[in-house]
Amino acid sequence: MSLAVDRKSNDVSEVATAAAAAPSAQAVQTKPAEEGYRTVGDFTSANPVMQARQVDVFYGENHAIQSVNLDIGRNEVIALIGPSGCGKSTFIRCLNRMNDTIESARITGSITLDSENIYSRQMDVVMLRARVGMVFQKPNPFPKSVYDNVAYGPRIHGLARERGALDEMVQTSLERAGLWTEVKDRLEEPGTGLSGGQQQRLCIARTIAVNPDVILMDEPCSALDPIATARIEDLIDELKQNYAIAIVTHSMQQAARVSQRTAYFHLGKLIEVGDTDDIFTNPRHKLTEDYITGRFG
Amino acid sequence: MSSGSTGVKEAVARGIARRYRNERLFRGLGLFALMIGLGFLAFFFYTLVGNSYTALEQTRIRLDVELKAAIIDPDATRDPATLRGADYQRVAREALGALFPEVTSRAELRELFALLSPGAGLELQRLVVNEPAVIGETRTLWLLADDDIDVLVKGHSPRDVPESDRRVDDKQLGWLTALEQQGRVDLQFNRYFFTRGDSRDPELAGIWGATVGSFFMLLVTLALSFPLGVATAIYLEEFAPRNRWTDLIEVNINNLAAVPSIVFGLLGLALFINVFGLPRSAPLVGGLVLSLMTLPVIIIAARAALTAVPPSIREAALGLGASKMQMVLHHVLPLAMPGMLTGTIIGMARALGESAPLLMIGMVAFIVDVPDSPLSPATALPVQVYLWADSPERAFVERTSAAIVVLLMFLLVMNAAAILLRKRFERRY
Repeated sequence: MSLAVDRKSNDVSEVATAAAAAPSAQAVQTKPAEEGYRTVGDFTSANPVMQARQVDVFYGENHAIQSVNLDIGRNEVIALIGPSGCGKSTFIRCLNRMNDTIESARITGSITLDSENIYSRQMDVVMLRARVGMVFQKPNPFPKSVYDNVAYGPRIHGLARERGALDEMVQTSLERAGLWTEVKDRLEEPGTGLSGGQQQRLCIARTIAVNPDVILMDEPCSALDPIATARIEDLIDELKQNYAIAIVTHSMQQAARVSQRTAYFHLGKLIEVGDTDDIFTNPRHKLTEDYITGRFG
Repeated sequence: MSSGSTGVKEAVARGIARRYRNERLFRGLGLFALMIGLGFLAFFFYTLVGNSYTALEQTRIRLDVELKAAIIDPDATRDPATLRGADYQRVAREALGALFPEVTSRAELRELFALLSPGAGLELQRLVVNEPAVIGETRTLWLLADDDIDVLVKGHSPRDVPESDRRVDDKQLGWLTALEQQGRVDLQFNRYFFTRGDSRDPELAGIWGATVGSFFMLLVTLALSFPLGVATAIYLEEFAPRNRWTDLIEVNINNLAAVPSIVFGLLGLALFINVFGLPRSAPLVGGLVLSLMTLPVIIIAARAALTAVPPSIREAALGLGASKMQMVLHHVLPLAMPGMLTGTIIGMARALGESAPLLMIGMVAFIVDVPDSPLSPATALPVQVYLWADSPERAFVERTSAAIVVLLMFLLVMNAAAILLRKRFERRY
């Protein structure tokens, strides 16, 4: 898939790629884009914890996301939706610099956490990831005991000096992740022996044990059944009291259920941002409307 | 619709018998190959065990030995040096001569005394040095027989052939028969084989020297190649950027794994002995050479093991704020360890069985002493097998086979240890 690198030639190649990627979208009238593009709606947040401005990501020659401006607000859940390959995962992986692990990735623009640029020299990536936690698509507990899974973060960051404090931290985290009652008698059993939904909640407990400011979730329910999904969604709802949460999801119902704000990505561009209710009831951009009504994606 | 489905049915029916026949043929072929392999293995073990078990026993002759003070310690000083230096072989010979008083001529006596191994005197020496009080007493002792006698007693070489075809002449055979009739000849456990180094006399030759030499050598090899190999693999796999240099290094490592081992021996000779001046025939040098040979194998296996660790584990660790080193040490390495150990054991097994590079660095020398450190001269098990197989004495045949069995046992113990270790590391993910 060849995404346009030069913005001036965007209009031509984007139509071509859109047509190639989604044949059903051929009916969609893509109006010729002007130089650059403008995100529809208000991408700012009243109480932002992270702010992304003019973020561009390249994987080698591939221009994965283009000029994205977006705020992550405190105590709210923002859902990132859009068709596959639209750059939403790429974007949240920029927020804790997970993209650093990909050698060909190059990022321009600025992302701040509490007004500090996370890509500046002063920002240590270990520190950043302690403050911006991440839950992945596939539950990935460590092949260690449940206890050690949760205790790992506090241990490496030296958050608990003695055993009692650590025990308490593990218990609190598991309680907050709604897993404590299920695992309190099997803390020494391997985390990989839990069910899929429990594993994912264990991963969430592991993340909140470090007490981050922001939790990034990359399709956290895509590998889970509906019941486990519902539990995770309830959990996300509770967690927003303490954390800012950005969740990437392919399920529009899920976005509607858990988020307060929604951002719609399309082919590397942030097309529309707004309150979740507005986006789903009254989308302002044609692409957003087509996507949420199921015309493509 | 129905006609289409009938068409399919017919087509399938036409081919189905042939398909099953091919499958049977394929399965039969596999079974045949397996049988051939098992057959060779069975034959190998049969000959090996059949040839080697007689090395467990050794012919001894019961003699009433008078430990004469006049020969051992004429001045009655009981000085340890005198006791060690006395002519014990003469003591043993006199005990044997006493049984055949009719033998008097020097030539005949020499033939008679050839029934006894030079080890008989050594055994008497040890007895007296440990317990000087026995001097002057007469003891009934089982003394070691010569290997030519041993071979006759074990039936490895026939007695009923013309004298010229035997290493033992008619007179010696007569004395042996007389001794056997008196019940003075017996096969007893051959402890020398398991406790001594090499010897020109088969009845005194043992495998222990070579075993210890191999052990020291593998210790050096393991201590060097495992950490170096694992560290290299971790660096290449987890830290190094992907560019032309790392590609070049990778190609070279893969090529090194295929280099004939004797080339490493030449390198060891040129580098470790000629440049660094390390001693010849030392297990240290052998270990260094075998490390060179083993390293690429371990690196390749360790890299494969690291690649097999799912990236999700790495992401989980990094996502929690673990540094790259913490990620590697806490998560990736423990998961990759079983695979690394498997690669290591393959490399070590190859190193254990290697003899060609050792020839280059002097470990093929005839070494009697059991080595006491990686710096003392030694030989290795496969080299010992080679040396004995090259010896003309019939008694070395069984020892060669027994040495191979010891080599295989060594390998078995090593592999068992590795499997146990791997079991401890094994985790599900």
